[in-house]
Amino acid sequence: MRVLMPESVSEALAFKATNPDIVPIAGGTDLLVQWPGQLERQAASYLDLSGLDELRTIRWTQDTLELGALTTYWDTLCQPRVGVEHPLLHDAARQVGAIQIQTRGTWAGNIINASPAADGVPVLMAYDATVVLASVDGERQVPLSAFYHGYKQLEARPHELIRKILVPRREHDVQFFEKVAPRQAQAITVVGVTVAHSSCGWRVVASSMAPTVCRCPHLESLLQEGTPVSCPEDLLEPLRADVSPIDDLRSSAHYREQVMSRVLYFNLGETCPAFRSTR
Amino acid sequence: MKRLEGLDKLTGRELYIDDLPLEGHLWGMTVRCPIARGRVREIRFGEGTDWSQFVIVDHRDIPGPNELRLIETDMPVLVAEHARYCHEAVLLLAHPSRRQLRHAVREVQVLMDPEEPVFDFTCAPRPEQIQHGQDNVLERLRIVKGDVEAALAAAPHVIEGVYETGAQEHLYLENNGMVAWTEGDTVVVKGSLQCPYYVLNSLTWALERDDARVRVIQAPTGGGFGGKEDYPSLLALHAALLALKAGRPVKMIYDRDEDMAATPKRHPSWVRHRTGVDESGKLLAQDIEVILDGGAYVTLTPVVLSRAIIHAAGPYACDNVRIAGRAMLTNTVPYGAFRGFGAPQTQFANERHMDVIAHTLGIEPAELRRINLLRDGQSTSTGQVIEGGTDRQAILQTALESSEYDDRRTAHTAFNTSHPYLRRGIGLATFYHGAGFTGSGEVYLKSKVRVAGLPDGKIEVQTANTEIGQGAITVFTEIAAAHLGLPTNDVLVAEPDTHRVPNSGPTVASRTAMVVGRLVERACDDLRARLGVDSGTSDGELQRAIVEWHERGQGPLVGEALYEPPPGIVWDEKNYRGDAYGTFAWAAYVAEVEVDLRSYTARVTDFVAVQEIGRVLNPTLALGQIQGGVVQAIGWALTEECQLRDGAMANNQLTNYIIPTAADVPPVRVVFLENPYPYGARGCKGIGELPMDGPAPAVANAIAEALGIEPHAIPLTPPRLMELMTP
Ligand SMILES: Cc1cc2nc3c(=O)[nH]c(=O)nc-3n(C[C@H](O)[C@H](O)[C@H](O)COP(=O)(O)OP(=O)(O)OC[C@H]3O[C@@H](n4cnc5c(N)ncnc54)[C@H](O)[C@@H]3O)c2cc1C
Repeated sequence: MRVLMPESVSEALAFKATNPDIVPIAGGTDLLVQWPGQLERQAASYLDLSGLDELRTIRWTQDTLELGALTTYWDTLCQPRVGVEHPLLHDAARQVGAIQIQTRGTWAGNIINASPAADGVPVLMAYDATVVLASVDGERQVPLSAFYHGYKQLEARPHELIRKILVPRREHDVQFFEKVAPRQAQAITVVGVTVAHSSCGWRVVASSMAPTVCRCPHLESLLQEGTPVSCPEDLLEPLRADVSPIDDLRSSAHYREQVMSRVLYFNLGETCPAFRSTR
Repeated sequence: MKRLEGLDKLTGRELYIDDLPLEGHLWGMTVRCPIARGRVREIRFGEGTDWSQFVIVDHRDIPGPNELRLIETDMPVLVAEHARYCHEAVLLLAHPSRRQLRHAVREVQVLMDPEEPVFDFTCAPRPEQIQHGQDNVLERLRIVKGDVEAALAAAPHVIEGVYETGAQEHLYLENNGMVAWTEGDTVVVKGSLQCPYYVLNSLTWALERDDARVRVIQAPTGGGFGGKEDYPSLLALHAALLALKAGRPVKMIYDRDEDMAATPKRHPSWVRHRTGVDESGKLLAQDIEVILDGGAYVTLTPVVLSRAIIHAAGPYACDNVRIAGRAMLTNTVPYGAFRGFGAPQTQFANERHMDVIAHTLGIEPAELRRINLLRDGQSTSTGQVIEGGTDRQAILQTALESSEYDDRRTAHTAFNTSHPYLRRGIGLATFYHGAGFTGSGEVYLKSKVRVAGLPDGKIEVQTANTEIGQGAITVFTEIAAAHLGLPTNDVLVAEPDTHRVPNSGPTVASRTAMVVGRLVERACDDLRARLGVDSGTSDGELQRAIVEWHERGQGPLVGEALYEPPPGIVWDEKNYRGDAYGTFAWAAYVAEVEVDLRSYTARVTDFVAVQEIGRVLNPTLALGQIQGGVVQAIGWALTEECQLRDGAMANNQLTNYIIPTAADVPPVRVVFLENPYPYGARGCKGIGELPMDGPAPAVANAIAEALGIEPHAIPLTPPRLMELMTP
């Protein structure tokens, strides 16, 4: 096993360009749990990003919040301003694993790990975040909602690293993140529902409901059009058009559909006067 | 007094078996059966591996009988021909590199001719599924009191119900681990275990050696809960077989997934009640059928079934009781000991059923229990007359008051009609737990304890009972110090090592403080008698006498005690009549829950545990036992589900087998009502298992109230609650 410890982002990008199979390691909270089970991995080389302080910044510009690629959940929790402007980032961060994981796990690692059950990805997606990818060829920006092509199929290319994540600063009148999981901490999301409404319209993001965390266009347009909804079951048809849950060790497809519709129905009922009036 | 080894454990300084220094050792690992039942056709060794570098052990390397000696000897140490459960051990490998060993284990293929497995323990097996006796019944037991049929026929109401509980994984923090080596002609094993002499017995049997040539030492143990009662005997044999063949020390440390997949769990249960009651709710007849899933071999199942049926009728007075119990073979891991030992399963059924009776008759659940709770002079299902002056009504009343039971119920009713998706409920369970071995068990065990006086005037308590997280060392220290009037730091507790300590029986059955602790007191008396020092002597006199004894060169100074049953205890093993236990601990628990109808998730929001356990020895440790037991039982009630696929646990990972975290634990408010028991150390009774019995039914009863449903099976996972709510 080989571990490379670059001293700058450009050195890291250079390593990545010459050796695209090298595995970047940020907090290591996804990578290290695969040991020692996945022996073949031990042969790989690792690119330790943890020394790259330039990736550790949180910044606000005129219209964006910028999260450097090494920003951990805990880093965001330590910034009250994040909680005021983007409260769902705090809600999600607080529900990742437990404090030990929150202090090591990064938002960027969560994006690249590409779990359908991720908790960082859905709130970023609901806020229309953009991923800034860097390589020796330069930078490019990809909207997070277009980042996944299928289960663990990413838009990122082998020689690219995430440099930062851009989150637009917008006013939201409705927003919630609901993590349904079998216990209060150290739990993998069984159903995740994130909703945000701003002048740019509705965003409904589902986790653990499809091969990737994904937006739900049919549900979004139902909300956009103000279609009357009188019970959770009314949401099932558009929901089924948007997601394709499965049966696995953690739950059943049937349960996931039912619960997603119920969370949407009751949470919108509580937080959105317009939705209430359609009932 | 503080937990003696507490700080070491808290700070990570404690050295467990995997941490202990060991030179020149090999690692050992296990090749396992890939299917639930079949005949071994061929064992194929992969071609890419240099097998000459590995020590390989199979059943032919066992010097004595290929039998794990527990209650019976039906379980092999290593599969010879037929395998009965997925992950049963077939072959052992050892190698200096753990990494190469992990790889090599996957390079061995066990090819099987499948045979018809049996997974459903509630229906009769087909002929091709028979693997034990004529009918796969591992044990059958029966309790009869009065005339149940006549009483049922005459009863104004007969209320029926079937209740089921699932398997539960112990999930001790430390996985199973064992090291074996030879010292001259002696085989030594040291590891994570509860019962050194159980391990010794199985080693002497299968290795064909006498006690003198086998030595078993307990290493600091990171939790057991019964999971290290029988299994370490098997692992110790595996490590010893490898070490004998290798001529070098061998260390076997299970990974978590292996530990969860291959080791015993709590017996799943199916219990049917038919209960005759009169208009007021008085129990007239209890007809109870208990079926346990025993898994692939007998192991400890007969005694689990025994405790299960003895507790099945609950702490209630009823003149006509019939309890028929049986345990069935299935092709899964052998189910084994787990805190409570069958009693949690049957008392779940009984306490849930009490609420069903209350709802059917329109009586308050608390009132139904008030009417039926045993009073002194009345008898249990085995005819054991309860005496001793414990006020069970007061226990119930204290639980109701501490939990503000009535006020909360009123508040919940209002809350539930106004909230869109949250529902609250409160539930009750009254129950008991017999302490120590069942029936004549303690008499058969003939436990022995020694207390030695050392040359420096200190004393050493020598027992085979183990510290497994419960505080045994601390409690023994306190018992001996109090009894002899010594400062606690003049009392040492010997490491459990079968070459040094006598057989004081296993660390199970809530017996350590009560039964063995009492032996410690009597051994202290014996020590004093040998020195000719009375109990009323002044400070320091005893220690001066010990020092003088040694100065005079009188040889070792050892006080001894041998178990004697409390007077008047009579147990008829054949008919299951009489005094099943020396005494019982009594309790009433109240759980409050909130169910989220968006996700059908139930959460325990408050918990009150009131119990009478004789005298409380160490308030902090006692509190810890109750709180820990309550949390473990809440997990069993709500989230812990062993998902079996073709008999093998599929969710054998910490991510997918859901035990509660600290964030899931409600406040657990513990109240002790004391009533000293004359035959327990300093007046104590057993405590360890009691808190496992009550929480599950209390939680289920609270959910029943919150949602207006009658749940019959646990765990009440969200999908199961969804099913119950959407018929
Ligand atoms: C006990 C436990 C509990 C957990 N609970 C949760 C939970 O509740 N919710 C949840 O969503 N997740 C959870 N996780 C998963 C994990 O913590 C998160 O996904 C976390 O965000 C990963 O970040 P990391 O920095 O640790 O990633 P790492 O493990 O370092 O890396 C993850 C992946 O991202 C890649 N990577 C990292 N940084 C970059 C970069 N800058 N550019 C390109 N590739 C990169 C790595 O190569 C790897 O493929 C849990 C993990 C554990 C161990």
